[in-house]
Amino acid sequence: MQNSKNNFSASMKKITKSKWLSSFSATLLAISLGLIFGLIVMVVASPTDSFSGFGMMLFGGFSRLGNVFYFATPILMTGLSVGFAFKMGLFNIGASGQYTMGLFFALYVGIMFNLPSGIHWIVCIIAGLIGGMIWGFIPGLLKSLMNVNEVITSIMTNYIGMYLVDMLIRNNGKMFVSSKARTAYIPATAQLPSLGVTDSNVNIAIILATLIAIILYIVLYKTTFGYELMATGHNKHASHYAGINYKRNTILTMVIAGGLSGLGGAFAILAPSNIPGSSMTYEPINIIAANGFNGIAVALLGNSHPIGIIFSSLFISHIQRGGTRASLFGYKPEIIDVVIAVIIYFSAFALVMSSAIGVVIKKRKERKAEAVNTVKEIEEA
Amino acid sequence: MDTIYYLVQNMLPVAIPLLLVALGGMFCERSGVINIALEGIMLFGAFFGCLFILLTQNAPINPQLLLFFAMFVAALTGVLYSLLLGFAAINMRADQTITGTALNMMIPAAILLFSKMKYNSDGITTNINLYIREIPLLSRIPVIGDLFFQKTYLTVYIGFLFLVISYIIFYKTKFGLRLRACGEHPHAADSVGINVYKMRYSGVIISGILGGIGGFFYAVGVMDVNVNGHTGVAGFGFLALAVMIFGQWKPIRIMFAALFFAFLRTLAYSVPLIPFLDALKINQDYYKMLPYVATLFVLIFTSKKSRAPKAEGIPYDKGLR
Repeated sequence: MQNSKNNFSASMKKITKSKWLSSFSATLLAISLGLIFGLIVMVVASPTDSFSGFGMMLFGGFSRLGNVFYFATPILMTGLSVGFAFKMGLFNIGASGQYTMGLFFALYVGIMFNLPSGIHWIVCIIAGLIGGMIWGFIPGLLKSLMNVNEVITSIMTNYIGMYLVDMLIRNNGKMFVSSKARTAYIPATAQLPSLGVTDSNVNIAIILATLIAIILYIVLYKTTFGYELMATGHNKHASHYAGINYKRNTILTMVIAGGLSGLGGAFAILAPSNIPGSSMTYEPINIIAANGFNGIAVALLGNSHPIGIIFSSLFISHIQRGGTRASLFGYKPEIIDVVIAVIIYFSAFALVMSSAIGVVIKKRKERKAEAVNTVKEIEEA
Repeated sequence: MDTIYYLVQNMLPVAIPLLLVALGGMFCERSGVINIALEGIMLFGAFFGCLFILLTQNAPINPQLLLFFAMFVAALTGVLYSLLLGFAAINMRADQTITGTALNMMIPAAILLFSKMKYNSDGITTNINLYIREIPLLSRIPVIGDLFFQKTYLTVYIGFLFLVISYIIFYKTKFGLRLRACGEHPHAADSVGINVYKMRYSGVIISGILGGIGGFFYAVGVMDVNVNGHTGVAGFGFLALAVMIFGQWKPIRIMFAALFFAFLRTLAYSVPLIPFLDALKINQDYYKMLPYVATLFVLIFTSKKSRAPKAEGIPYDKGLR
């Protein structure tokens, strides 16, 4: 009996020491605090339906699993973009502008070019990749050459990209249908192949995005470039001293991150869907794309690890679907944006919190063990 | 000449929010805390300021006096919201940029949520009139009266008053000196008995006051006392950060930077009214991008010799002294 208890406390110690688990529990802590906050908001807003609404938010996504995957694809890409830049210590808050640029490039090729089916959508995706890369290149270049803070520059490129894209679309007679105040629909040849699951919009993009996440994992953890990148993220000066080319890597990282977000935009616009306005056409209304900012949440929850980001994007998409369905009980879908923001807020310091909780548990254990020992000593005496 | 009067009259109400928020950012960053959350703080203050106006606009009180009360409401709520940043950045030693981003994301969604459920709209719409057509006597002064005392808002004068107060606090008091020390070398400040945590909290709280007021003044001077969850404050919090950097974290320079950015923005929105620019036939959307493009260029040319506070963004850890 005593022995098993010792074993248990030993394994407990191992668990609190293991880094992976502590970051995982930190994420869970942040998520649960965010959800609790959401519940409080729901109770305040309309007490009678709050628990059924909350239940819908948590579990409503399961009955729309195909659409969970469909909506997870763009934020998986922007999440990978933000997470990849995080690994090098760069905060790519410009995912939104890069996403919009990729979306525009894909849309442009989709509507303006006439290509045979089977090739058209692939060209569109590549165009989106290039668009995002260009928009990621700007903050990367400025950071590496002039040491301009990438956070401010990429916020500015967000606004510039949004106004630029909206202007280019409005002034293009073939793309813009002024009577509907939105662009024309992309032709069938430019649409991504659907996976053919009934009652859902899931398409090939989720498979491509998952593959890209796995490739990123290999690049980060199995190549010299990835090693250099993460070394720079851990300590910029030490890595510079070790001969790692900081300037080149900064530009390269931002270009790759931009490309990932651009792909997200392309995947979002090229997807065939039966949800009106969610894809295939774009409405230039001077609003910054929300998917870029949701990417930040996804990256933080996934701890910037490409494989973790796959799961966190599914989670965020899941509660977004649930939140949309909670409107059955009179709640507005914006509640999910609030919950996501609260989750990001807490995940920024959840690691500190969970290690603090770990220390408290450990101390209590030690005190207990001490007490047991003194009791034993007294008994023996 | 009329064009110049028009531009100045329209520029000042736009410049004041930028000025106040950039000053708030200056206090915060000179104490050592990066404040990306200014956008959220602005919108939070603007929302509660407008909510206060909405609830009291039918009371038989002078509208300008109401503006004054609403300003206090905005300041108070701005402080409350900035404390969330302070708690995360100072007590929990969290990443200040991420925390700020989260705080920015929360407010537009919360406003949409609240307004849709309560008023079935995207924001708060008031029908109060705070516009001042002309100030008696002063508006009669030849050129100056036309420039500064006609077709304006009370916010302009309050804004410049805050600039003076900020300058005095920042450079002429013991508190200001201590605050600046904490942003440059907190360990040295601590060693001579300055409480770094307290100073940083003060910096964050001042940025909450000025950010909340600045947000409300944006709603008054730019949005005509309305607030809306979709457009929010249109990136003014971020522009204010650029203004602060352009102003090299110094009050007077910040004022000139704010006037410069406000001038660009006013130009962008009044192209059809200016014969010279209208004749050029340039798409108006180019002008809308102008403040943001100008920010990029300003940052490129100022960041080489940037005088950013040395310890900003680094959580203070007493144990490392």
